[in-house]
Amino acid sequence: MSVDGEESEILRDLAFTLQAGTFTCLIGPSGCGKTTTLRILLGLDHDFSGTVTMPAGDVRTVAVFQEPRLLPWRTVEQNVRLALPPGATPDIQPLFTTLGLQAMLDRYPSELSLGLERRVALARAFAVMPDVLLLDEPFVSLDEHTAERLRELLVELWQRHAVTVLMVTHNVREAVQLADRLLLMNGRPAKIVGDVAVPMERSKRSGVRLQQFLDELTRNHAQTVRA
Amino acid sequence: MKRAPLKLLSVLGFFLLWAIIAAAANSPDVPGPAEVGVFVAREASSGELFYNLAVTLSRVAAAFLISLLVGSAIGIVMGQNRTVDRILDPWIIIFVNLPALVIIVLCYIWMGLTEVAAVTAVALNKIPNVVITMREGARSLDPKLSEMAHVFRFSRMRTIRHVVLPQLQPFIAAASRSGLALIWKIVLVVELLGRSNGVGFQIHLYFQLFDVAAILGYTLAFVAVMLAIEFSVVQPLEQHLTRWRPKPA
Repeated sequence: MSVDGEESEILRDLAFTLQAGTFTCLIGPSGCGKTTTLRILLGLDHDFSGTVTMPAGDVRTVAVFQEPRLLPWRTVEQNVRLALPPGATPDIQPLFTTLGLQAMLDRYPSELSLGLERRVALARAFAVMPDVLLLDEPFVSLDEHTAERLRELLVELWQRHAVTVLMVTHNVREAVQLADRLLLMNGRPAKIVGDVAVPMERSKRSGVRLQQFLDELTRNHAQTVRA
Repeated sequence: MKRAPLKLLSVLGFFLLWAIIAAAANSPDVPGPAEVGVFVAREASSGELFYNLAVTLSRVAAAFLISLLVGSAIGIVMGQNRTVDRILDPWIIIFVNLPALVIIVLCYIWMGLTEVAAVTAVALNKIPNVVITMREGARSLDPKLSEMAHVFRFSRMRTIRHVVLPQLQPFIAAASRSGLALIWKIVLVVELLGRSNGVGFQIHLYFQLFDVAAILGYTLAFVAVMLAIEFSVVQPLEQHLTRWRPKPA
């Protein structure tokens, strides 16, 4: 990988395995290579040596990028339908209803707020019924209320669709609220420096218990996690 | 509502000014709008006008399509591939600076006074401009959308139709606009030099007769055709293709 014409190694000895159907968050300081890791998994970055092993069969991996990356010249519904495999006509109305998009299917992305565009990006990702869903800070630069609502929707969709989720974030609180497992990444070149399970029911991840967990995490991984 | 009458008044003003100048000059070399109108009506009723307009228009259409297709193909490849760009760039500079007249004369000499030579000459004149515009368009393609298309496994056709072409649309529109204007002017020269029909040939004919009313009549008729195409095809099409753009408040 080269930045400013200078070759530099971003990742080294990076290794992890995701259990099918689990929700994992990848946490680390900005610029440590989290997005690069996702790009390698998505097949967008080929400048690496190593292997990505997917389960046998046709595994659909899709992504929700940091920016919604919708086609500005296609409506909300067209943006979602275009992502479907050729010939597939699943009933995607329930998905639109869950995400609160049913009233804006004919709108163009420029007519939507960032929060709504992100909902469309989520709808597009779930509509293809992926086996693996990669999210790159999907709720960054949203107001907290909107981000909270979208996190709830994400968990709801994940539980319903039984998809393996890997989400990159630098928001530790968000990661602890959402994930079964946290992968902590740091160093230059970066590797996995911590692998922490979150053994709490999602409904109870609030208030004192959440704070205690965060405090402990911060204490144990002071270099990587700043709450 | 306010803009249309203003445009109409401006056009009326143009004809009024022309009439005044013609009346002041009082010479057969400076005919007024009325005399030109009479010529156009006579030529139209004999069928001559429509025949020659149709011939010229079909040459314009052929040269336009060829130059747009060939120019886009070359321009997109140059915009996407740096090596090809470096190799072809000097060629483009040479061709864009070759005088139209030289290309026309050489085409007629090498290919004979044929329809193919005429259309080729016009297309060759326009292709470098299309290449330059479309190269800009290809350079401005958003890699983020291409990545999205890759991740969601868009087929090649789906990518071209829904991801690439909409991004190139403003550049295609720009190339078409300047293309039509340039092409029909060159077509007239081509007709003048080596064809026996079309608006350019008629203008050449009436030039030898020093019939200025006829020259202006053919010119106005063809400009009117191009305006009709602009308002009935180009503008509605563009409006449809850019319907997704946020309207200025």
